Amino acid sequence: MDDFLWAYQSLFYGLGVNGLLGLSMYAVLALGQLSLGQAAFMGIGAYTGALLSLNFGMPFALVLAIAAVVPAVAALVIGGPALRLTGVHLAIATIGFGEVLRVFYINSETLGGGLGLTGIPQRADGWTIYGILGVALGLFTLASRSKIGRAWEAIREDEDAAKVAGINVTAYKMVAVILSAALAGLAGALNAHCSSFIGPGEYGFDAAVTVLSFALLGGVSMPLGPVVGAFLLGALPEVLRPLHDFRLIFNGLIIVVVVIFLPRGLLGFRVRRMG
Amino acid sequence: MFVQQLFNALVLGSVYALFALGFTLTFGVLRVINLMYGFYFAAGAYLALFAVQELAVPLWGAVALGVVGSAVLGVVCDGLLLSRLRATKAPELSSLMVTLGGVLLFNSLMNLMFGAEVRRFPAGALSFEAITLGPLRAAPIQFIIIAVVFVLVTAVFLFIARTRIGAALRAVAERPDTAALMGVNVGGIVGLTSGLSAALAGGAGILVGLNLNAVQPYMGESLMLRGFAVIIIGGLGDIRGALVAGLGLGLLEVMTAGYVSSTLKEAVAFSALILALWLRPGGLFGWASGKRA
Repeated sequence: MDDFLWAYQSLFYGLGVNGLLGLSMYAVLALGQLSLGQAAFMGIGAYTGALLSLNFGMPFALVLAIAAVVPAVAALVIGGPALRLTGVHLAIATIGFGEVLRVFYINSETLGGGLGLTGIPQRADGWTIYGILGVALGLFTLASRSKIGRAWEAIREDEDAAKVAGINVTAYKMVAVILSAALAGLAGALNAHCSSFIGPGEYGFDAAVTVLSFALLGGVSMPLGPVVGAFLLGALPEVLRPLHDFRLIFNGLIIVVVVIFLPRGLLGFRVRRMG
Repeated sequence: MFVQQLFNALVLGSVYALFALGFTLTFGVLRVINLMYGFYFAAGAYLALFAVQELAVPLWGAVALGVVGSAVLGVVCDGLLLSRLRATKAPELSSLMVTLGGVLLFNSLMNLMFGAEVRRFPAGALSFEAITLGPLRAAPIQFIIIAVVFVLVTAVFLFIARTRIGAALRAVAERPDTAALMGVNVGGIVGLTSGLSAALAGGAGILVGLNLNAVQPYMGESLMLRGFAVIIIGGLGDIRGALVAGLGLGLLEVMTAGYVSSTLKEAVAFSALILALWLRPGGLFGWASGKRA
């Protein structure tokens, strides 16, 4: 019975973390930007958080804050040059970043090499995870319905036109990439503190594409969409056990089908505003 | 010792250039970062392995089968994944996303079908005996790789610069609509480009599989980072740039591993990529177009 509860508790925590990842993808997709560093930034957050907890025993709130700031700084360094160029450059630079980090984790002895870090204290609970998710979702929803949301939409529809209309496109994009990295870092740290183990294999290319599939399944017409998508894709393989082995195939298929049949619906949707 | 290092750098650099060749060609003509490229790469190697092992075809036949097979796969997958997006003039990032989903889908399928374990070519397929040539010791396949890369790069370059079809290709790259009005068969050029670059990918996969004597579903993914670095540094769509950047990256990596530290070697490609984004965003020769308003 205890096993049963434990298994579902970890699913419950996992879904909350997925929801945060979905939001972090939303943060960039809402502006029509494709950053594929979500898994990498999640990894930075997870390793940062785990090291702080294991070695210094800092208060959990401080650990989480640092785990959000470190990936945000990394995003600044990578996003800076890539954002001056095209969306393609940003996508490539962020995928490359994930790959180089994976190799770095495997080769680093401080980070446990290929075995990863174990024995991370279980400091995250449902209240923390869902509290953070709720607050983030609330803030994003408010932002998307304000002047900020209209600027996002303008940038997504036509960058040049948005620039002409007086929107500081580069600043908006930069903030989006940094925010998205911070959220992914938070998700990583939370995940590390509820699963007690992290390894270099968890933050690679497959993970990055999976986060994208969360956002695409839910649709990015409002911040709630990616969160719902994340819940669905996280819960499905657990509910339908046979689907487990086909998880990645299924995620890939979702991206293909959604992008082909609803291309404008994804990058060119319209947000319904209140008032 | 130094000569051997230089030779190793040449082999490694040729592999990178070979991998990047079709990748940059697809972008140059079709304006798509086609991540399916990594799948064609592995598929070519598996097809050749299958031909040698199960059909007992001699190696040259297996290579031909692998190359043609990947070309067919390339045309079919392009039709399945990208033709509709092209017809509706979907944003550039949509096509990047669809190939992201596609590569996850097909790589996972391959993993499920063949298993993740590394497969090897049968012992008799190719001599892996090292040849000694003055101060050099190298396997025959390494000489073959260098030769093939130079022949292929020259051939593709001449094909694009000197032939009628090459001119049509350049016209489509420049402006597909205008090219169609001038009587260029745009659909045919799109198919040709997809098939050609997938064939180049499959061929590269076979050579790399033979060089390491290892075939594995994710072999394309592990070269992807280097491939990205090479095509960005060389300039997106620039074939000559890809050759120079590939060779340069190989040289840098081998020298870093030999004289600095072998762990640091892994960071070379990415550092070069970021540096290139800051300093030469238009590519080594500076004429690769970014975005046209």
